[in-house]
Parts: sequence; C-alpha cells; structure tokens
Amino acid sequence: MILKADIRAEAETLQAVFTRAGAVPVEAPLLLSADTLLDLYGEDIRARAYTTDDPDRGEMMLRPDFTVPVVEMHMANGADRPARYTYLGEVFRKQKAGSSRPSEYLQLGFELFGGEDPARADAEVFALFHEALKGLGLRPVTGDMGILLAAIEGLSTTPVRKAALRRHVWRPRRFRALLDRYTGRAPQPAGRIELLERVAAKGVDAVLDAAGPESGLRSRAEVAARIEKLRADASTPPIARAEAEVLTAILSLKAPLPDACEQLRDMSVDLPALGPAAERFADRIDALAEAGLEPTELPFEASYGRTTMEYYDGFVFGFLAPARADLPPVASGGRYDALTAIMGRGQGIPAVGGVIRPEVVHGLRAGGRS
Amino acid sequence: MTLRLGIPSKGRLMDKTFDWFAARGLPMRRTGSDREYAAEVDGAEVELRLLSAGEIPRELAVGRIHLGVTGSDLVRERIPGWEQAVETLAPMGFGHADLVVAVPVSWVDVSTLDDLDAVAAEFRARHGYRLRIATKYHRLVREFLREAGVADYRLVDSQGATEATVAHGTAEAIADITSTGDTLKANGLKVLSDGLIHRSQATLWRAKRAEWGAGEREAMATLTRKLRLS
Repeated sequence: MILKADIRAEAETLQAVFTRAGAVPVEAPLLLSADTLLDLYGEDIRARAYTTDDPDRGEMMLRPDFTVPVVEMHMANGADRPARYTYLGEVFRKQKAGSSRPSEYLQLGFELFGGEDPARADAEVFALFHEALKGLGLRPVTGDMGILLAAIEGLSTTPVRKAALRRHVWRPRRFRALLDRYTGRAPQPAGRIELLERVAAKGVDAVLDAAGPESGLRSRAEVAARIEKLRADASTPPIARAEAEVLTAILSLKAPLPDACEQLRDMSVDLPALGPAAERFADRIDALAEAGLEPTELPFEASYGRTTMEYYDGFVFGFLAPARADLPPVASGGRYDALTAIMGRGQGIPAVGGVIRPEVVHGLRAGGRS
Repeated sequence: MTLRLGIPSKGRLMDKTFDWFAARGLPMRRTGSDREYAAEVDGAEVELRLLSAGEIPRELAVGRIHLGVTGSDLVRERIPGWEQAVETLAPMGFGHADLVVAVPVSWVDVSTLDDLDAVAAEFRARHGYRLRIATKYHRLVREFLREAGVADYRLVDSQGATEATVAHGTAEAIADITSTGDTLKANGLKVLSDGLIHRSQATLWRAKRAEWGAGEREAMATLTRKLRLS
C-alpha cells in the first residue's frame, strides 16, 4: 500500500526544483466558483469535477486544477507583474466507472507569468520539468497550438469561417467536419440549402412569419441576422485545396524539433502566415538549446494537446511513461496567454506552466503500480 | 432459490409488464395486500419488488434485485458505466420514448446540431451567457453534445414540464423524451434532424452485481427457458 505521506514527501522533493528556480509557494482554495469553471471549460467540466452547493455563494466545485485559482490570484494582485509560482495540493477529478485512477490526488505545479521573451519562458519551464523528472526514463513530447492557430488565421477565407475553425481547434472531429465543408469536400448541413431557397423566393420576413410565434430569449432579429450570415457564407468561395492541405500536413507533423521547424518553414511557402509562427518555433528551439537541452532529442507532434488541453494556445509539452500506457501523463503543461486575457476581461499576461502527478512519479520510482 | 425482480409499481408500465410476462406463460399472481405480488415459474420462484421507475436503475446497479424492468433511458442516465452493471435480457416492445433535442420553431435557421452549435456561440457573444438547454437527462445529453462537438451551452435542470421552459424564458432549448411529438408541437418546439439522443423502450435487465450462486443461476436458467430469452 502506498502511503499518502510518502507521495507528499516525493512531491516536496520535486517541488524543491521549482523553489530553487525562484518560484514562490502559493496556496489556493479547495472550493471554487462553478460559474467561473463552467464559463472557461464548458459543461463538460461537470463530468470531471465534483459539484457541491453553498447556501450563499451558489454552486461550487472541488478544485479540479490549480491553474484557474492561481491565475485569479495573480490577476487580483496586479496582472502586469512577472512572477513565478509553485503549488502543491489535492485536486479532485471524477473518474469513469470502474477506473483504477484516483479521484483525489496531489498536484504539483509551476507557473510563470510575464516574461519579455516567450521563447525563453517556454524553455525555462520545460527545462525545469525535465530536470525535476530526470532519471525516470520518461518520454518527453512537445507541441505548439500556436502553429495551428496561425495557420487558421492565414487561410484565405472570411473571418466568420476562421472564427468557427478557431473555436473548434480543440475538437478534432468537429474541426475536420468544418474544414471539409469550407473546402467543398462535404455538403452543406441538411436543410440549409432549402432554407436559403425559401428565403430567396419569399423574403426573410415571410419565412419568419410562416414559422410561427417567437418563443424564448433568442429574438426574431437574431434569427434574421444569422440567416443573413448563412446567405453570405453560401456565396463564399471554398478554401483553396492547397491551403487546406497545409493544415492537414501540420496536423500530421511528427518529427524531432529541428526537422519539424524545417518542415514548417517549407509549408510557409504555401501559407505565408505560418512564417512568423515558424520563426517563434525556431526561437524556442534556440532557447531550449541555451537551457541545456538537446533539440534533436525532443520530439514534436503538432496534434499533441489538441484533445486534452483545452486552454493552451502556444507551446505544449508532456512527459509520458513509455512502458506504461495505463498511466496518465506524468507531467503536462503549456502556454495559456488567451486564458489570462479571458479571466482578466481583456487584460491578459503571457503565462506558461505545468503540473506533475507526484503519485505517478512515486509509483514509478517504487517500481510498482501506482 | 428466489430471484428478485423489480418492476414499475404503478400505471401503464406496470400493466404492460404484467401482460408481457403473462403472454410468456408467467402470470403474476397477487398475494396478500394490494401492494404485494408474487410469481412462480415451474419450481423456480420469482419474488416481485414493486418499485418506482426511478428506483429500479439504482437497485439494479447495486444488485439488490437480480432482474428489473425499466426504460433504457433511465438505465443509461442513472447508472455510471451501465454496461458493466447490467445486461440487456429483452427489449419488451412498449414504453417507447425518444430522447431528443428540440428548439423553438421560430428558429428557422436551426435544423441540425451544427446549427445549434453555431447559434450557441452567437448567443453567448450577444447575451453574455451560455445558451440554456433544459433537461433531466444530464449525463446522456452532455455526452451526446460532446460527441457532436456542440459547445457554449449550459444544461439547466428541469424535472417536469420541460417543454414549457422555453416559453417561460428559463431555457432556449430542451432535451426531453417524446413519444408522439405532439407536446413539443403544442409548445412551439421542433426536433433537430440529427437530434435523436436515444430511442428508449421498457427493457428486462439482469443485474451483474447481484448474488448469482448456484441456486440463482439455476432459477435463472429455468426463467430463461420459460421466457425464451436465449
């Protein structure tokens, strides 16, 4: 049996790496406002977080993660100040029925706010995790959501279509379905052509009148405005095949960092908007080398982090136990500038960080199952 | 040995359940007071537990009853990892109800989940909160919408008269069971063309976590033959 005290001791040893690097230890509440989490993560968070009720503050959730309360704390104390924090405490996650994964466990984290040089900040965080976890035989993996987001931004199409793709970048199947429609490979959704034909024949007002009385809070004007948008979208030319192919190529890109960088530079010939993102990527490789890491030994997978890490929008990384597919990632992290902007109502701060699961580290060191 | 069989304690579902077993040579005979029933199968006894429809999934999940009759919608909604807890013995051909996503008919621009998702994004941007979907089937609806890639919605709990929530302004859309669609129509709602979440019917279930000793297995084998389940 694994004792909680042993796991905590393991976590404290790991945390020393972060405090030596100047991180200030911080605490966070166990009970968080459900509204904040629901607004950021959507309804799916209910399947993962424990919910409870406070008679005064309403629906609360048991802390599923430290990122949100740490960002809130940092923003409350003045957002535009650089800072390094570390934290260690319980998080709570519902597991699937029959799962052997724990539903409460310690999470150790490090977050870096600010930093004039994002490439260097990314490298600093990654190098610290690399150091803390050395000797465990873990396989590092890196990705970069910024590449995909830059590619979307660079498509020759309407802002509406770009926004829809950006919104679903973390939902691969939905993203693919939208892309197929925008490139003309897939038909319009059922009913849309018929609706637009009716509108063209009779006018928007007649179609709305025939549908019956308005009900609910979505007004007739909102419906009419969306029909107008659908009409504009129907006459939008498809996204060029060559551009869409670059997106597909990015999504399947897997190579050591320097190779991946070369391939991205090649792709930016077809999609010039990729150029700046590829240069930021190159800067990060340099910064990683300066931090003492060997870039040729670091794998890059452009799709890494796409399904599990909703709020990351730049560099992402993970450390996996190669022979243990049953284990969750031992550590994971990334850059989340956009999240801080949402939480700060527009006033954001560059932020990058990550978490370690000490109980998994402890299990690996003990050689047994955690 | 006695097998415990949980069946709905009132209404059409109870009557239909009795009919279903009677048609298979297993008439259920009332014993004692109004609320007590028992049934016998050639030597193997079946003890009836009359339970409210909502209790049956729970009793099945923990294995306090060996067998149970309830809608597949309730089993999927109420039992986490239901496939590990129960086995389908027979769909019973009654109690049909479809769990569907429905929106106001005035939303002429919305006929698919794809539309619903796009409208949810616009709604949130314009109104400052997520589009509300009223339901009592939280788990099924959430899983269905996640699979479909619908985001920016919020489930609001509604334990009754869910169709009326839109007219009352407490939700923008609903996810509820319907058998004919008439109630939806009367409330100015329409079903999305790809909005069918689950087609439910009354089903006979076997609880995997109940005690299955030699006696219970033998009784089950007799019952299986009698009901021609396999």
